[in-house]
Amino acid sequence: MSDAILKIDNITMQFGGVTAIKELSFNVQKGQTYGLIGPNGAGKTTIFNIITGNLKPTKGFVFFENKNITGTKPNKVVYKGIARTFQNIRLFKSMTVLENILIGFDAQANYSYFEAIFRLPRFFKREREIKEKAYELMKIFGITEFANTNATALSYGNQRKVEIARALATNPKLLLLDEPAAGMNPKETDELANIIHKIKSDFNLTILLIEHDMKFVNRMCDQLTVLDYGAKIFEGKPADAIVDEKVISAYLGDFSHA
Amino acid sequence: MNLDIFLQQLVNGASLGSMYALIAIGYTMVYGVLRLINFAHGDIMMVGAFLTFFAMQSGIPFEAALIIGIAGAAIIGILTDKIAYKPLREAPKISLLITAIGISFFLENLFTVLFGSTPKAFKAPEYLTKIFHLGNIYLPISVIIIPTVTLLILAIVLWILYKTKYGMAIRALAFDIQTVKLMGIDADKIIMIVFIIGSSLAAIGGVFYAVSYPSIDPLMGIIVGLKAFAAAVLGGIGSVGGAVVGGFILGFTEIFVVAMFPELGGYKDAFAFFFLILVLLFKPTGIMGQDLERGRF
Amino acid sequence: MKKIIRNIVLILATLIFILYAQNNFDSYTLSILNNIAVFAILALSYNLINGVAGQFSLEPNGFVAIGAYFTAILLIPADTKIDMFALVDPAPIILKMHAQFLPAIIIGGIAASLVALLLSFPVFRVRGDYLAIVTLGFGFIIRIFAINNPAYTNGAMGLNDIPSNANFIWIGTIALITFIVMIHIINSKFGRAMKSVRDDEDAATAMGINTFKMKTYAFMTSAFFEGVGGGLLASMLTTITPDQFSFLLTFQLLIIIVLGGLGSMSGTLIATILVMGGMEWLRFLDENIILFGKDFGAHPGMRMVVFSILLIIMMLFARRGLLGDKEIFDYFKRKS
Repeated sequence: MSDAILKIDNITMQFGGVTAIKELSFNVQKGQTYGLIGPNGAGKTTIFNIITGNLKPTKGFVFFENKNITGTKPNKVVYKGIARTFQNIRLFKSMTVLENILIGFDAQANYSYFEAIFRLPRFFKREREIKEKAYELMKIFGITEFANTNATALSYGNQRKVEIARALATNPKLLLLDEPAAGMNPKETDELANIIHKIKSDFNLTILLIEHDMKFVNRMCDQLTVLDYGAKIFEGKPADAIVDEKVISAYLGDFSHA
Repeated sequence: MNLDIFLQQLVNGASLGSMYALIAIGYTMVYGVLRLINFAHGDIMMVGAFLTFFAMQSGIPFEAALIIGIAGAAIIGILTDKIAYKPLREAPKISLLITAIGISFFLENLFTVLFGSTPKAFKAPEYLTKIFHLGNIYLPISVIIIPTVTLLILAIVLWILYKTKYGMAIRALAFDIQTVKLMGIDADKIIMIVFIIGSSLAAIGGVFYAVSYPSIDPLMGIIVGLKAFAAAVLGGIGSVGGAVVGGFILGFTEIFVVAMFPELGGYKDAFAFFFLILVLLFKPTGIMGQDLERGRF
Repeated sequence: MKKIIRNIVLILATLIFILYAQNNFDSYTLSILNNIAVFAILALSYNLINGVAGQFSLEPNGFVAIGAYFTAILLIPADTKIDMFALVDPAPIILKMHAQFLPAIIIGGIAASLVALLLSFPVFRVRGDYLAIVTLGFGFIIRIFAINNPAYTNGAMGLNDIPSNANFIWIGTIALITFIVMIHIINSKFGRAMKSVRDDEDAATAMGINTFKMKTYAFMTSAFFEGVGGGLLASMLTTITPDQFSFLLTFQLLIIIVLGGLGSMSGTLIATILVMGGMEWLRFLDENIILFGKDFGAHPGMRMVVFSILLIIMMLFARRGLLGDKEIFDYFKRKS
């Protein structure tokens, strides 16, 4: 139990009168790829926003490495070792791919404002270091050729890679991926799955991912939780989820809307 | 301070607060639907007052002149939105704000060029300026009429907002512009209605100002506009009721602080600024507002 | 390496030009150059908060006023102050305050910067565009304070006989330093972080950027140089009054940074020259207009009508200005 890197402990989230998450608990073990699935509006992204500190839960706690991080400011959560991507890719649109990734290295470039203004030695040293690291990351994702291209000029699949690389640059232990395969064609999805596998072992990561695509979840996840209307309706292995009646009916309901 | 003076100041404060409230409603409604500080709003108030003034000069009676002023301000409001703001709906926020400041500066300087910068005496009809006395206090009738009319207008605005189809759409738009578009509501039409309401009320506020002071000049909208915006933030930006409450609080504060501490009279115009700072520090949602700026994912 | 040599050559060339100009140009040309250089300092720093960090501010006139008043009070000798203060006697501290020119303008900058720090708490902890309205309000408040505290500021009469230490060597060199500092900030993790805040505040936070801190750094830095520029302005003009620091000043700077491109420092330099030149050239608009033999009289404010229309048109049709958010060297780089 104490191996759990992330513990969601009895979280309830209400907006006005609407309950978005209801008494939700689950644990993510170190080294796992954990899936969070469910129909639209089930509250998956809300959970992400609670973990990253963008939302403060009405009730309940988030523990990361056995420390209570509930209500920690979003930028501080990053220092604790949690990084995220967004459902609708959010790259810095005026910046190149390299600059986008360098933003992730912000904390590691520990030179001061005055050192930057007066161009003192540490500025050059740190800038060189993080640029090297950024190029290493771009190499892993196969996007080196776009280093000096404006990030938003890239294809959708490549933008997704930049976003994950940018998150990795913050040196996380836990990576939150919000629908990473959304909007990708099968070939891109396949490539993405391989990259996620690779970075997971290379960087010794735990991954929590939200996904719609059951095939992708099946392939990626060791364990998953299924949400419907903010409540947990299933927790277990992906293979068991697809035969679970509650899960099927929740999803059927969703599909019939679509 | 004896009771007579207290009552007199109370009425003066209500009258001043009414003007702020009327102008603050326009700020708060435009902010609600566009998330834009409409810097030109104070100047639209000035335009309303000037048009009324010129209409009266050409011999039109006050009441009709006021209608002309209101209509003129509403047209300027609509034009501002159509020409300057609408093309920038999808542009970065800063472009919209810069354009708004451009419009504001344009109106101020255009009116200075056309009509000169010296204040013009505004001659209100006699029934508004007649002095009456209650016990020992002497007051122009306008200080009673202004708050009364303001409350009446507020009732109408609230009725529009909560009881009509357009009002529902305005409130929905304040919540989320994208959803409203998906729902098939013509967002641009609703935004136009917001500018009509806001600009009309600003014109009325401007004429009230002109009646009370009684003079107008092309730069009158700047400081009054700033104060009205502070009132809107104090009440809770986005909330019409809040704008009125904020306007009255600001009006009372200005009158009473100066009455009690005459040495602070020179800083009268700075009170609104300190309110603004205090609200932002301690309760950014204001008295009656909701959090319009929560990050959306 | 090529870049370093290029930069050193450019800096040396600028310094040589400044020295040459100070010793050989006539006073009229020098006064134009001084004006352009002061406005360049103000516009460059204004572009940091507005263009790079993307936080719409209407700050300059207030901070320029702070810098100008501090510098003036520090430079004017005590005897002159006693003679000058007509409404009330100067406060004892005002008589004691004295400094050399360089410390004086730096103190002016620091004072402005500290005020910026105070203002950043209310405005940057909340979302929304409150910075614009608070800085706009601040520009008016500072005037109210100057008028209402004659023991410190000599009220509405302002201060005169300010020692005119600011020649083109000072102003030109400080403009050059301002430009270099701005470029250094932009090309560092701080500049990147400021731009990330401008592009997407939530994503920046999710990358560990402390957005409050970045906005405050940009704002304080901007205020510092506005204050320094104000000090130079005071010494250049030798007279200051509260009415001098009206919104008109901020508006001119806004035109400059929009024309040059929000976020582009080299664009700002080019635009400063264009706008200052344009202001001079269009001066006739404010004077008597005679068309077809008919005298239409003087129309003060006409220039500003033209400039505000220009600003609106730029925002609607040419939002990127001359150089967008890139520097002029980036354009050469792309071609090669």
